[in-house]
Parts: sequence; C-alpha cells; structure tokens
Amino acid sequence: MNCKLSIRDLNIYFGDNHAVKNIDMDVAENSVTAIIGPSGCGKSTVLRSINRMHDLTPSARVTGTIMLDDSDIYGRNVDPVTIRRRVGMVFQKPNPFPAMSIYDNVIAGYKLNGVLKKGEADEIVESSLKRVALWDEVKDRLRTGAVELSGGQQQRLCIARTIAVKPEVILMDEPASALDPISTLKIEELIEELKSKYTIVIVTHNMQQAARVSDVTAFFYLGELVEIGETRKVFTNPEKKQTEDYITGRFG
Amino acid sequence: MNSTIRKKNGDSVFRAITLLFALSILIILLVMAVEMAVESMPSLRKFGWGFISGSDWDAVQGSFAALPYLYGSVVSSILAILLATPLSVGTALFITELAPYKVGAVTASLVELLAAIPSVIYGLWGILVMAPWLQGAVEPFLVKHFGFLPFFRGAPYGVSMLAAVFILMIMIVPIVTSITKEVLTAVPSSQREAAVALGATRWEMIRIAVLPYGRSGILGAVILGLGRAIGETMAVTMVIGNTPQISLSLLSPGYTMPSVIANEFAETTTKLHASALMEIGLILLVVTLFINFMARMLLWSVTRKWKGGVA
Amino acid sequence: MTLRSITVRRASNLAATFLMGGATILVLLPLVIIFYHIVKMGISSINPAFFTNIPQPPGEVGGGMANGIAGSAIMIGMASLAGLPVGIFGAVYLTEYGTGRLATVIRFSADVLSGIPSIITGMVAYSLLVVPMKGFSALAGSFALSLIMVPIVLRTTEEQLKMVPATLREASLALGVPLWRTSIKVTLRSAMTGVITGILLAVARVAGETAPLLFTALGNQFWSKKLNEPMAALPLQIFNFAISPYEDWHRLAWAGALVLVVLMFGLSLAARWLGRAKHS
Repeated sequence: MNCKLSIRDLNIYFGDNHAVKNIDMDVAENSVTAIIGPSGCGKSTVLRSINRMHDLTPSARVTGTIMLDDSDIYGRNVDPVTIRRRVGMVFQKPNPFPAMSIYDNVIAGYKLNGVLKKGEADEIVESSLKRVALWDEVKDRLRTGAVELSGGQQQRLCIARTIAVKPEVILMDEPASALDPISTLKIEELIEELKSKYTIVIVTHNMQQAARVSDVTAFFYLGELVEIGETRKVFTNPEKKQTEDYITGRFG
Repeated sequence: MNSTIRKKNGDSVFRAITLLFALSILIILLVMAVEMAVESMPSLRKFGWGFISGSDWDAVQGSFAALPYLYGSVVSSILAILLATPLSVGTALFITELAPYKVGAVTASLVELLAAIPSVIYGLWGILVMAPWLQGAVEPFLVKHFGFLPFFRGAPYGVSMLAAVFILMIMIVPIVTSITKEVLTAVPSSQREAAVALGATRWEMIRIAVLPYGRSGILGAVILGLGRAIGETMAVTMVIGNTPQISLSLLSPGYTMPSVIANEFAETTTKLHASALMEIGLILLVVTLFINFMARMLLWSVTRKWKGGVA
Repeated sequence: MTLRSITVRRASNLAATFLMGGATILVLLPLVIIFYHIVKMGISSINPAFFTNIPQPPGEVGGGMANGIAGSAIMIGMASLAGLPVGIFGAVYLTEYGTGRLATVIRFSADVLSGIPSIITGMVAYSLLVVPMKGFSALAGSFALSLIMVPIVLRTTEEQLKMVPATLREASLALGVPLWRTSIKVTLRSAMTGVITGILLAVARVAGETAPLLFTALGNQFWSKKLNEPMAALPLQIFNFAISPYEDWHRLAWAGALVLVVLMFGLSLAARWLGRAKHS
C-alpha cells in the first residue's frame, strides 16, 4: 500500500519543554493507525502537528518533516490552510457551530474551501450525513439547530462536516471518549467504513478500542515513539518491554 | 442572656441593616422614577401627547413641546452608534484574535483609559479643538463635495449635529469595545479550532465561528452603547450648538434632551417650565431604563445561552 | 471539488487584518490627541496660584481653581461618607444572604442604575433637597454624587467579596464567631485591598461628574462658607470656563482638565498598584 504520511525527525517544543522527540513513522493509505500511550506522552501533540494546529500556539516550535504524499506540509511556502483541507480533524468534545443548523454545519467547511454550484449543497449534505449514518435521524430537521442533537449525534455531525470537504486524511483526537458506550460503538463502526476512502489516524486512551479499530498501532511514551507495528502483533507479541507493560496494565 | 441568644440578636440586627442597605438600590430606583413622574405631572397634564409632537418651546409664553430635543437625541445617538459599532468590533477583534497577548492587553488598557475620561473633558476638547477643526476643515470639505445631499448643507459653524455625532462616537466606542472584547474572549477555543481544522483562514474563522457565537453579546454591547449615547450630557451640550431646530443637515446646530435640561434647569422661572424639563427628564429616564434593561438582559443571557446544547 | 482561489481568500484575510488594525488605530487616536492637547494647553497655566487662588475676572492674572478643587474634595468626601457604607454593606448582604430572587433583582437593578444618565440623578436630588431647602447647596451636590456611587461600590465590593474562599468563612463560623463578626472581620477584611480598589475607582469616576452638580451644588465663584450654600467643583468650573468666550478662562479650563486627569489617573494607578500588591 502507498505511504500516505511520512513523518521524519519530528520534534516539538513548547517554549523550553521538549515535548515530542525524534519521531519517525509512516502511515499507509486507507489504513487506521491508532496512537496509544499514557497521559502526557505526546499523542495529541503529534496528532495536531499533522494538520499544523500548533501554528496557532505562539510558544510551539515544530521541526522535522511530515510528508503528505510527496510534499512536506511544513515546507517553506506551504499555506497551512491548504493542508487542513486535505487533513481533517475530529475533536474529543463534539464542537458543532451552535449558531448554525445541521445543514449549515455540514456544508460549512465546503463553503469555505470550494466553489458551490447550484443544487450541489443539498447533495453534499445528504451524502456526508449518509456516510456517517446520521441521515435518517436528521433528514426531517436539517434546518434545526445543531446543538439540539445528542452527544453521539453531534460527533457524527462533526465527522460529516469534516468529510464534506473531501479530505484525504482524517485525524481523530479521542473522538469517542466523551460519548456513551452505544455512541462509541457507532463511531467505531464508522471508522471501519471510512477507512476505505480515507486514511485515519486516531489517538485513544482506550486500548481495547485501539485493538478493535486499527490496523497499525503506535505506542508513545514520554514524547517518544516506543513501538509501532501491526495492531495484532503489538497487542499479542510486542517487541519492547515498555509496550508490554503498558498493554498489560502495569502502568498508565 | 446566654451567648447564643446574643449571637442571634447580633446576627439579626446585622442582617436587617445590610438588607436595608442592599434594598437602597431598589429604593433609589423607585424614588427616582416616582419623583420624576410626580414633578412631570403638571406638564404631562397640560400638554399631553402634544409635548412630543410639537416643536414650540417658549418659556415666556409657557408653551412647551419637545420634539426638537427628541429628534436631536435620537439622530445624534443613532448616527454615533452606527459609526462606533464597526470601529468597536474591529478593535475588539484586533485585541482578541489578531494581536499578540501583550499588545492586546495594552490596547485593552488604553481603551479603558478612554472610557475613564470625564464627559466635561471631552466637551472641553470638543468645543476648543474639534469644533474649530470641523468648522475650518471638515465641514467646508463636506459642503464642497457632498453638498448636493441634504445632509451637508448650510454654513459651517463647527458646533453642530456633526460635532455631537463625532464626540459621542469617540465616547461610546470604549464601552462597546470592552464589552465586545469580553464576549469574544468567552467564545470557546474549541469553536475556533473547529473552523481552523476545516481549513479556514483567520478572517474566515472569525466570520463563521467567533462572530456568530458572540452575536447576542455584541448586540447587547451595541445597545448599551446606544443607551450611553442618549444619556450623554456635558460633551454634547458643549458641541451641539444648543439650537432647538429639526434639520436634515448635519452641519446645523441641534439640541438634545439632556442638553436642554443642563442649560435651562437651574434657571427656570415658572413651575411649568421646571415641570416641562422634568418631563423631558422622565422621557430620558424611561428610554434609558428600557434600553439598559434590554441590553443587560441580552448580556446576562449570553452567559447561559450556549451552555445548554453543546456537549 | 473546484477549489476557491486561495489567493482571493488570503487577500480577504489581509484586508480584514488591515481593517481591524485600522479600526484600532482610529479608536486610539483620540486618546493621543486629547491627552496631547490637555498637556500642551494646560501645563502653561499650572502654577502655585492655580492651587491657591479662586478664579479672577477675565483679563486679570493670578486666577486659579482652588475653590473648585476644594469643593470637589469636600463633596466627594461627603458623598463617600454616605455612599460607601451603603454600597459596601449592601454588598455584604448580597454575598452573605443573597441567593434568592431578591438578590438577583438587586444586582440587576444596580447594573441598570449605573446606566442612568447622571443628569437625572441631579434632577432627583434637586427635587428632594434643593426645593425643600430653598436653595442650592453642597449637601445636595454630595447627595447626588452619593446616589451615583452606591451602585458602583455595591457591585465592585460584591465581586471582591465573592472571591474570598468559602473555607475562610466556614473556619471562622466553625469557631463560634457570629456571622456578623465573621462578615466584617474575616470576609470583608480579607477582601479589603480589592474593596479599596473598587472605592478608588468609584471616587475617580465621581470626581469627573459634572451634570449632577449643575443644579445641586450649582457652583460658586468664591469660597463657600457653609454646606447649605452653593459650592464650586472642579468639573463645573471647567465647564463654565470652557463655554465662556474668554481666552484666559479657556486656559484655566485646560489647566483644570489637566489637574482632574492627573488626579483620576493617580487614583486608578493607586487602585491598580494596590491590586497588585495584594497578590505579590
């Protein structure tokens, strides 16, 4: 399979704090890669560097390269705005725009980035909502406020909003941790379906979830990538002792 | 008497006294409303609705009608808030979204400084510096290039509706900016992140995530600013020209409700005159109470509005 | 998906950035200009005579605003005597007992009250004091000022009292100290610097008020001998001199403005310095 993302020599500093150290990792196209590790190990920090969210933090400094296909997203003349259309992100707490309806939320990103032809918006909203299995639940109230949905529905709405701009990679930062078990299951099923079209990187503190949804698992500890490999192998026969300790629950 | 009873007595006395002091707010409001209403009675009874539809204000004849003052207040305030709002929102956005933290903090402090300058000092500067400048440079320019419009006709006096609008605008920008800044700061960063993650530029993020979220609060700030403008007395009195006339031209001198009170109240000769001025004060009170009430309701609800839905 | 031109989007972003920056400059410009004028026009008239003499007729030298400065100080002092206890202890009520609807109504009303034009406060003070007393007086002026002070002091004090940790109060109450004593000696005392900050800011605000004094204290060209006589105040003098046709008096007005601004600035700085001292 193609290598969609290629991270080389990634280091992230917050002021004097060297938070993420010397990361080298590859992410294959149309795969689900889970990033696991105890709190504070740098998982979210690494995830957010893939769509250049750290550009918003004045004290953050990112060095190294992250290749998206064959161009470095941290290259000299690269506009982060263009990167973020290709690399979407779903956050831990669902964050639909409360001033907008369900319909407007889904199409919001598309409207920013793309030219909308007549009638196209309806199609895009419908197909995006269908992909996240939300269409049937909301099709009769598309123009109502997005905040009236339940937590699980809001998160699926946010995923719909993300995929409406046709990204290539979807980053998920603990997407189900704020949700109830049933919604969590729905999200996990969704990830399984989405991977046929997108490349997914998911950060999770829930090891069982990582084992269920991912093809590749990367274990981080104290800002370093300890081990990365096929999920089944990492969970049944890890190479590093640290990995084994974490997986068997000896810490974290 | 044992110490428990003494304690209870001490506590109940304390509670009663502090309650009385707290109630003083309501008492003050009530007394104000009642006094103004009572003192306006003679004028209310004599002139009825004609008071606000007529333009004849003649202390000698004993006939009083306040339309020119209402007109002056409404026009100067509305124009001032129309000009002030974009400036205030732009500055607030600069502080919260654009400027590095320290620059934003300094700017915010400077805006607070502007808010603290007393009205009479704005008036002093207005009448001795701004009005002559308007008369010498701005108004002739406006007449020359835009004189075909009815708004820019007439001789430049400096002291004019235009001067009042400018000084009011300068005076209400700080408060609208401060409140808007608070409102924008309260927009959760998760909203901004959602927009950025979709590939928004900074302005696009402001447009889809920040401003819509804060729109009720911003509206509250604007309404509060309008209320301030209507109640402004000293600065306006010093630059508006104090001529009770209704004119479309901004170059004409005008008169506002607080200004006529400020100029005439200390020297009223008849009870009716005083009562008519009281009635103007009553109108002013009712209008500002209503506006402040609406603005505060909006601002108080803003803190609660979005907490309900988003998980 | 046809992409919108990134150049166009970047251009809009840049334009918006310039507009925001431009708005800020326009907003701050009057601050610079006004302060420049106050200092430039006022500094030349600041001399010892300004602080010791009363105003002279136009054309004569040696005029000052001593009576205005003194009058303002006296009336603010008297206003504080009445307004501060009411505001402070009213706030104490709200923090100690005020959880019900009454407290919410009072808070809301205080906010609304502080938005009422101060000229109306003057009119009310006129009806309540000037008319029965059959004359303008410093008392009426002080009363009007105190009406303005109360809601401000109430709200700022309440905010400070709310920040006192509950554990402090509870410890005192657990020791058997009566509630009233706890309120005063524990809660109020620990919030004292913050409360004083609020007071200083309220005083600064009231020091600049002119409208409520127009028909209460009225102003006085000379020294006032009694409190039930009209009394001069600094902002009133600035007003009267500014609207007069005389250059001498204009210069005095600028000087008065400079003094007023320096005083207010001094009070705010003191307030801020106090606030910082508390946390260091």
